[in-house]
Amino acid sequence: MSAQVIVTIGLETHVQLKSRTKIFCSCAAEFGSTPNSNVCPVCLGLPGSLPVLNRKVFSLGLRAVLALGGTPSEVIKFDRKNYFYPDLPKGYQISQFDHPLGRGGFVEIDTPTGVKQVVLNRLHLEEDAGKLIHDNSPTESHVDLNRAGTPLAEIVTEPCLDSSEEAYEYLTNLKAILKTAGVSDCDMEKGHLRCDANVSIRKNAADPLGKRVEIKNLNSFKAVKAAIEYEVKRQAEALEKGEVMVQETRLWDDTRQKTFTMRSKEDAHDYRYFPEPDLVPFHLEVSEIEEARKSLPTLPRARKENLMAKYNLSEYDARLICADQEIENFFEDCVKIYNDVKTIAIWIKGSVFAYRAENSDEFKKFGLSRLKPQLLVQLIGLVDAGTLSLQVAKEKVFPEIVRGFSPAQVVKEKGLTQVSDTGALEGWIVEVIAANPKVVEDFKSGKESAVMFLVGQVMKKSQGKANPGMLGELIKKKLKEI
Amino acid sequence: MSDLNLKHIARLARLHFKEDELKVFEAQVAGILKLVDELKEVNVDGVEPTSHPLDIKNVFREDEVKPSLPIEEFLKQSPRSRGRFFEVPKVIEDK
Repeated sequence: MSAQVIVTIGLETHVQLKSRTKIFCSCAAEFGSTPNSNVCPVCLGLPGSLPVLNRKVFSLGLRAVLALGGTPSEVIKFDRKNYFYPDLPKGYQISQFDHPLGRGGFVEIDTPTGVKQVVLNRLHLEEDAGKLIHDNSPTESHVDLNRAGTPLAEIVTEPCLDSSEEAYEYLTNLKAILKTAGVSDCDMEKGHLRCDANVSIRKNAADPLGKRVEIKNLNSFKAVKAAIEYEVKRQAEALEKGEVMVQETRLWDDTRQKTFTMRSKEDAHDYRYFPEPDLVPFHLEVSEIEEARKSLPTLPRARKENLMAKYNLSEYDARLICADQEIENFFEDCVKIYNDVKTIAIWIKGSVFAYRAENSDEFKKFGLSRLKPQLLVQLIGLVDAGTLSLQVAKEKVFPEIVRGFSPAQVVKEKGLTQVSDTGALEGWIVEVIAANPKVVEDFKSGKESAVMFLVGQVMKKSQGKANPGMLGELIKKKLKEI
Repeated sequence: MSDLNLKHIARLARLHFKEDELKVFEAQVAGILKLVDELKEVNVDGVEPTSHPLDIKNVFREDEVKPSLPIEEFLKQSPRSRGRFFEVPKVIEDK
C-alpha cells in the first residue's frame, strides 16, 4: 500500500433549478419528453434568435445563494464559454465568468473531529447542454436537444475537502439544503444533481498543492466517493513511483469503477470567455435580497438542532428524520398524539425507512400520505397493550397500514392477535422441545442460551403470534419437567 | 504579434486551413490585433468595463411555457438527420 498522502478535493456541482421553462427560452424544461420536442430557435442556437433570462430561474438562483449563506453580487452578467461539441448547438455555453450570481457561503458537515464548514467559492447560472446518444449506430451519434438550455446553478467549493467521506457528506447536506429551500427537486435519477471532482495529493502539508485532476461523469454520490478513492490511490502510487503528475481531465467509468484519461482535452480549458452581448447585465436591489432571505424556510441544520432540543433526540436520529420534510412532519404529528418520542423514532428509522427504500416507486407517488400518524400510533398502542407482538406488528401489520388500512382491522381480518394463553403456548413448546433433543441436552448441561433458541423456534412455529415475554419462563419450566 | 498562434485558434474553432490560407488569415488577424493594440493605449483608469452597449438592465421573461416548434422544420435545415435526431459523426471519448 502507498504511503500516507494529504488529499485535497474541490467539488463543482451542477443543480437543475426548478422552473417550468428553460433558462433563456419558453420551451418546457421537462425530463423524458419525446426527443427534440422541446426545442425552438433559441435553444437550437439559430442565427438571429435572442435569449431572454427566465425571472424564476434568477430568483431560484438567488434563493440558493442565500440558503448557502453566500453574498449576491452587485453586478451580475453572463458570458460565453466557447467550445465545440455536438451537444452544444451555439458553439458556446451561456454561463457566468467574472460576475457570478453569488460568491462565498458554506455548507456545514459533520466530521469525526467535529463540525466543519465547507467554504464555497461561488454560485453561477448557466445553461445545460443537449444529450448525445451513441448506441444507435456504430459510426454516428444522435443529438437530442431537449435538455439544451435547461437551467443550472453551478456551485463551486474551495479546495477544502480532505477525504471522500467529507465529499459525500458535503453533497448530502448540500442536497438537503437545496431541496428544503425549494430551489431544486434534486432527483438524482433525472440528473438534477451532477458533480465534477478536482482531486490532488501531496506528501507533506508544507508542499504546494499537487497537480489537479478533474474527474467528470459522476452521477451519484456513491460514484463521487468511489472515484475520489480510486483517484487518490492511483495518484499516490504514481507519486510513490516518482512519476510526474499531469493536470488532466478523467472520466469515471461506473461499471469498471475506474477513471480514464479523456482524449484530446489539451485545449479544453481554453474557453475564451467573453461577455454575452445578447443579454443585458442584472442588478439586485437590497430590498429584493432581503425579501428573498425572509422567504427561506428553516434549513436542515437548524431543523436538526430544533428537533434535538425539543424532543431530546440524538443527533443521529434528528439528522435522519429532518433529512426529509415529509418524514419530519410525520414524526411531529405522531409525537403530538403519542408521548414516547423514542419509540416513534425507532418505528420511523426502522419500518418507515425500510418501506421507503423497498417501495421507492410507491413512495414517490404517495409518500406518507396514506400512512396517517393515527394509524402508526394505533399500531404501537396494540403492541403496548399486548394485543400484538412487535414482530407481527412490524412484519404483517405495518405493510398494510402504510397503504392506509386500520391496524385493528388488519389484526382482526388476518387473525394476528398475540397469543398469551398459557395452554396454547405450552402446546407449541412441547412440539418444539420434542423436535430439538440436542438443544434440550445443551440446556441440561447448563447452557442457558438454549432457551433463547427455543423461544425463537416457538415464535417461528406460531408465525410470530406467541407472546415472547411469556415464553422464556414457560420453556424453562417445561425443560425442568423433563 | 509574435504570440499570435492562428493554428491553435483554428483548432479550437474546429477550422481546417491550408498553409497558404493560414498565411492570408495570419496577415488579416495581425491587422486586427494591431488595431486592438492601438485601443489599448487609451487610458481607462477608473472607467467601468462596458459589458453591454445599451444602458438597460434586468430584462426578464416570465416562466411560462410556450409551444415549441416542430423538429421536422429544423431537421430540414440540418445537413444530416435520422428520425427525430440530428446526426453527427461518432463523438465518444476513448476509454
